[in-house]
Amino acid sequence: MIGGLFIYNHKGEVLISRVYRDDIGRNAVDAFRVNVIHARQQVRSPVTNIARTSFFHIKRSNIWLAAVTKQNVNAAMVFEFLYKMCDVMTAYFGKISEENIKNNFVLIYELLDEILDFGYPQNSETGALKTFITQQGIKGQHQTKEEQSQITSQVTGQIGWRREGIKYRRNELFLDVLESVNLLMSPQGQVLSAHVSGRVVMKSYLSGMPECKFGMNDKIVIDKQGKGGTTDDPGKSGKQSIAIDDCTFHQCVRLSKFDSERSISFIPPDGEYELMRYRTTKDIILPFRVIPLVREVGRTKLEVKVVIKSNFKPSLLAQKIEVRIPTPLNTSGVQVICMKGKAKYKASENAIVWKIKRMAGMKESQISAEIELLPTNDKKKWARPPISMNFEVPFAPSGLKVRYLKVFESKLNYSDHDVIKWVRYIGRSGIYETRC
Amino acid sequence: MTDSKYFTTTKKGEIFELKAELNSDKKEKKKEAVKKVIASMTVGKDVSALFPDVVNCMQTDNLELKKLVYLYLMNYAKSQPDMAIMAVNTFVKDCEDPNPLIRALAVRTMGCIRVDKITEYLCEPLRKCLKDEDPYVRKTAAVCVAKLHDINAQLVEDQGFLDTLKDLISDSNPMVVANAVAALSEIAESHPNSNLLDLNPQTINKLLTALNECTEWGQIFILDCLANYMPRDDRESQSICERVTPRLSHANSAVVLSAVKVLMKFMEMLPKDLDYYGTLLKKLAPPLVTLLSAEPELQYVALRNINLIVQKRPEILKHEMKVFFVKYNDPIYVKLEKLDIMIRLASQANIAQVLAELKEYATEVDVDFVRKAVRAIGRCAIKVEQSAERCVSTLLDLIQTKVNYVVQEAIVVIKDIFRKYPNKYESVIATLCENLDSLDEPEARAAMIWIVGEYAERIDNADELLESFLEGFHDESTQVQLQLLTAIVKLFLKKPTETQELVQQVLSLATQDSDNPDLRDRGYIYWRLLSTDPVAAKEVVLAEKPLISEETDLIEPTLLEELICHIGTLASVYHKPPSAFVEGSRGVQHKKLTARAGSGESAESPDVGLSGPSEAPPAVIPSQGDLLGDLLNLDLAPPTATVPSVQPSMQMGAMDLLGGGLDSLMGDESDTLGGDIGGSPSMGGGLGVAPAAMPAALGGAPAVGGGLGDLFDLSGGVGMPTGSYVAPKTVWLPAMKAKGLEISGTFARRGGIIQMDLSLTNKAMSVMTDFAIQFNRNSFGLAPAGPLQVLTPLSPNQTIDVSLPLSTSGPVMKMEPLNNLQVAVKNNIDVFYFSCQYPISMIFVEDGKMERQVFLATWKDIPNDNEALFQIKDIHLNSDAASNKLQGSNIFTIAKRTVEGQDMLYLSVKLTNGIWVLAEMRIQTGNPNYTEMELSIKCRAPEVSPFVFQCYELVLKN
Repeated sequence: MIGGLFIYNHKGEVLISRVYRDDIGRNAVDAFRVNVIHARQQVRSPVTNIARTSFFHIKRSNIWLAAVTKQNVNAAMVFEFLYKMCDVMTAYFGKISEENIKNNFVLIYELLDEILDFGYPQNSETGALKTFITQQGIKGQHQTKEEQSQITSQVTGQIGWRREGIKYRRNELFLDVLESVNLLMSPQGQVLSAHVSGRVVMKSYLSGMPECKFGMNDKIVIDKQGKGGTTDDPGKSGKQSIAIDDCTFHQCVRLSKFDSERSISFIPPDGEYELMRYRTTKDIILPFRVIPLVREVGRTKLEVKVVIKSNFKPSLLAQKIEVRIPTPLNTSGVQVICMKGKAKYKASENAIVWKIKRMAGMKESQISAEIELLPTNDKKKWARPPISMNFEVPFAPSGLKVRYLKVFESKLNYSDHDVIKWVRYIGRSGIYETRC
Repeated sequence: MTDSKYFTTTKKGEIFELKAELNSDKKEKKKEAVKKVIASMTVGKDVSALFPDVVNCMQTDNLELKKLVYLYLMNYAKSQPDMAIMAVNTFVKDCEDPNPLIRALAVRTMGCIRVDKITEYLCEPLRKCLKDEDPYVRKTAAVCVAKLHDINAQLVEDQGFLDTLKDLISDSNPMVVANAVAALSEIAESHPNSNLLDLNPQTINKLLTALNECTEWGQIFILDCLANYMPRDDRESQSICERVTPRLSHANSAVVLSAVKVLMKFMEMLPKDLDYYGTLLKKLAPPLVTLLSAEPELQYVALRNINLIVQKRPEILKHEMKVFFVKYNDPIYVKLEKLDIMIRLASQANIAQVLAELKEYATEVDVDFVRKAVRAIGRCAIKVEQSAERCVSTLLDLIQTKVNYVVQEAIVVIKDIFRKYPNKYESVIATLCENLDSLDEPEARAAMIWIVGEYAERIDNADELLESFLEGFHDESTQVQLQLLTAIVKLFLKKPTETQELVQQVLSLATQDSDNPDLRDRGYIYWRLLSTDPVAAKEVVLAEKPLISEETDLIEPTLLEELICHIGTLASVYHKPPSAFVEGSRGVQHKKLTARAGSGESAESPDVGLSGPSEAPPAVIPSQGDLLGDLLNLDLAPPTATVPSVQPSMQMGAMDLLGGGLDSLMGDESDTLGGDIGGSPSMGGGLGVAPAAMPAALGGAPAVGGGLGDLFDLSGGVGMPTGSYVAPKTVWLPAMKAKGLEISGTFARRGGIIQMDLSLTNKAMSVMTDFAIQFNRNSFGLAPAGPLQVLTPLSPNQTIDVSLPLSTSGPVMKMEPLNNLQVAVKNNIDVFYFSCQYPISMIFVEDGKMERQVFLATWKDIPNDNEALFQIKDIHLNSDAASNKLQGSNIFTIAKRTVEGQDMLYLSVKLTNGIWVLAEMRIQTGNPNYTEMELSIKCRAPEVSPFVFQCYELVLKN
């Protein structure tokens, strides 16, 4: 199991050090600093073995978090735990920075004591933790016995992510379908790989212990119902359902029920959380197409022309469009002409960055640039990194649609109809690249 | 108010000041002071001097302050054991506190204080907490047992905490169950033989129930524990698998990987024709792919594991090549791992795509990555024959880029391609030669020199090229020197007229001016060869080279199986067994996959023998960690008496001593040599080590090596001439089918022991080690009585003769033909299957001489239907000679009669399984040059008769 946990700043100074196991000596802290943080070469692996001690590390901005062990621990668990710890810290005091960590070091120690016992991760749901570990000193002194046992039963219970007795005047929930669409396209316009990784994020403000059921246009479910004889709309053969390659759920979802019936039922945590993640690869709507044209004119000049085409309903608007065209290292000057938006050569980033605020569907725009090169005798050819793109569109590129989210709370007197529900779709670019 | 100010106090009298503050009356001030102490502790200052003052603050009802003091205590109690006692009372009192949070805090902290005196006081409170009404306290107490066990294992056992912990597995609260499982698993690891985690279907059921309800971390503990369980039959495996599969959709990657581990392990026990088996395989792919969208660190862990899974079960991800394509922004560690998996998944179906990708990668920035990509192109060429041409042209394109390290890497892999497809792509040599000057790495230079030497006859200026290398001979690395020496000798043998001077020059450089013994020895050998027998030199130096294997970098199967049992853990990330990086007793246990036993196995194995190695399921040999044990329990037969119980440990020891040691000694050298001296490593200089050690093990065929052999040889009489007929060895397993391993063999019965005489020949390029053998069930229960004694690694082109003693107490299954034997032989490369037939005389026992009266009675007793008549022609023996000859093979003459010029012999044979075969043989004595014999055989099991007849014939004719 995890033998110890250290947090360092970018200089390698220890901010937090908590040792859980006797086999971790005090020199472990220094070993990591010397061999990883201060290492000359770039780190080649997130797991490092130094003198039979293994270090797992992640970085958040310029803060290093390292878990250390001498045993054959579950490596995936250690990383999951480190991420979780970041989530917990963020939930408590915001951004993970040196200042925030120093300001909250007592709190962090307290959390570390609670969420990791002898190196075994314990309940790390912020919702539960916040009931008894607070920034204003610990509650506890003033709690009644009932409150105390309520806390412990929540921390250890089956529904560790939600406490009893939550009340809202207005029962409301927000569903965000957030997708990031990833593309790798060849210069000829052939899709080399494309997938959507999506998340359904829910903000729930519901009273009591509501039982929820979530439905979407999952092909397997729709097909199953189709067989049952309900011919919804045989005329419309359009994209009614989508094939989901795989999905994972928040721990509140009853997995065995999903496995057997493919229904998504759960008692949600209070507030914001990620209900599910999914991945699709079939019939993805690629919101933009990038057509690059790079021509080398002699040894000292490049001509670049890039056309982008939007490929969705004309009534919709894409936002925050950014096209990044890499330039060679020996670029001396760039002249850009674009029809729409603003384009700029950023020498520090070795790229031409072309930004367009808004663009409607089924439109086309173009940029052309002349890149002057310094003559070099560098034998190494320019690697021609791919042209990447960023954007945001108000639909789900996978085609996912929320069909329903039903809320049942038998003990309290509100019904599914009383709950105000909001659904929103946002498609963003993930790694959206076209080779040139 | 912020806490960061505590980090900045660096005044000199700090400790002093803190002391005063700690003893202050004001609560707030006290708390401030403790915070400062903790901050100093964090940055590594020694604040142990404040121990009594800090402990004094412990008696407080402020929980925050209490926690800080506890934190301090955990850090310094060990250095101040006497003072730590001061804290005991508070702990004991806190364990009785009405607030469960405080009770748990006390018991949690107390377990972290590693002071003997304190642990004594801990027992009573712990006992109470283990039975506390509050689940939060119980779950904390469960972990505390593991802590206490780490400090004082004996105490935990004496106090009976282990039983209480076991009871907690049935607790109503899922988190208590999970923590109890975690604690028990950890304790069990340090007691490998204890039956602590007594997993049975009932407890498994409890665990599976808790699995649905507990936290994500608890699910990991439970799944990791489940992976150690051994289901009783395939129905149980299936039902566990069914209940574990929903976990594949969990958001926590560690839960997913642990579930994959359980499934991979239990799948081994499912019959492959089961529908569910296929369903399960299909279910595994999507979650594995999903892991690749996790954060990069987790992707890395996942990829390292997928690398193992792909080697074990390539079918799972064979259609998922695209997801392993490298993204431009992937961290380098992810890129390198993806590349590895891409090569493993490369096949004819996807090779075009893979190649296009690899070509793209070869233009990236990271040198390591680019090199690996270039190397990957070469590996694709070797792996997928249809793509070789395209790969070669891709490599040529890359060479044209003139990027130095790309060119060098390309030349190294092209050399391998030449090895795999000789005389096919020499047209590219010209292009390679153009880049001669840019090569500055030894490996690339050596590869280029090898190519020039190998194709010297087709390169007009080969002598010039090699001569140019010769100029700086002494500055070259050994690798290049050796290669250059060999290449020039090759050149000389191919074009003797023009290159005499050159060869003399290199020989003198190698033998007279070099300090390197390898180089000198090789130089001398060539010199002598060339001067004494140029024809022999040609045969040796220009010998045909053995094939190179298609798959490289494969993990040795034993290790792979062990690593599959460790999916998700560090072992799977390092690709090393835990014992390689964990100290102490924890890592020592070797886990292994257990194959399904029982009827399904035998039903499918017959076609295995025919279909050859590629389709053979690995299940036949479940694990090779402790070979003998597995051989026995594969068929669930009880250990047989013929096997001395010392063998397992002996074998392991011997293997390690010789196998491991020599392996590493020879591995590197013979690697380079094997290729260098044109596939005749036995004359390599560096091999001096090996021959010295080998004779002992190689010995002659009959005796099994040295002292070890004797131990196994049971009643002995090894070399005793028994006169039994031994057929010449025939090839059972051609090298073509077994990645370069050729096995020929025969059977002999010596001194009452059946022996399988094997000749193992390594026709591949790499050293083979870790041999093991196993038989399928067969008609007479033949089974190896000891392990296959190949104690030294088998170098390329080397042959080892081994005698394997066989027992007849193995599991029995009737084969067709009756004397058919299906054999699986395993080495570090793969498992191979073949079948052979043994002469049935092998199972004729020595005490097969029947009493006359019994013979008569039995003869009459056996119904006439069971009598079979045979004729043997062209036998030039009289009855006495025949009788003698037969006796040598345990066919005993009971009586002889002469009737009408014909000799009648009455013979008896007893088989190892107690069946008697009686025979009456009629021999014409008239003409000794032309004898015809008539044989009538009677046996209660008539199907044996034709085989017995075959034996008579064989024995008499030889």
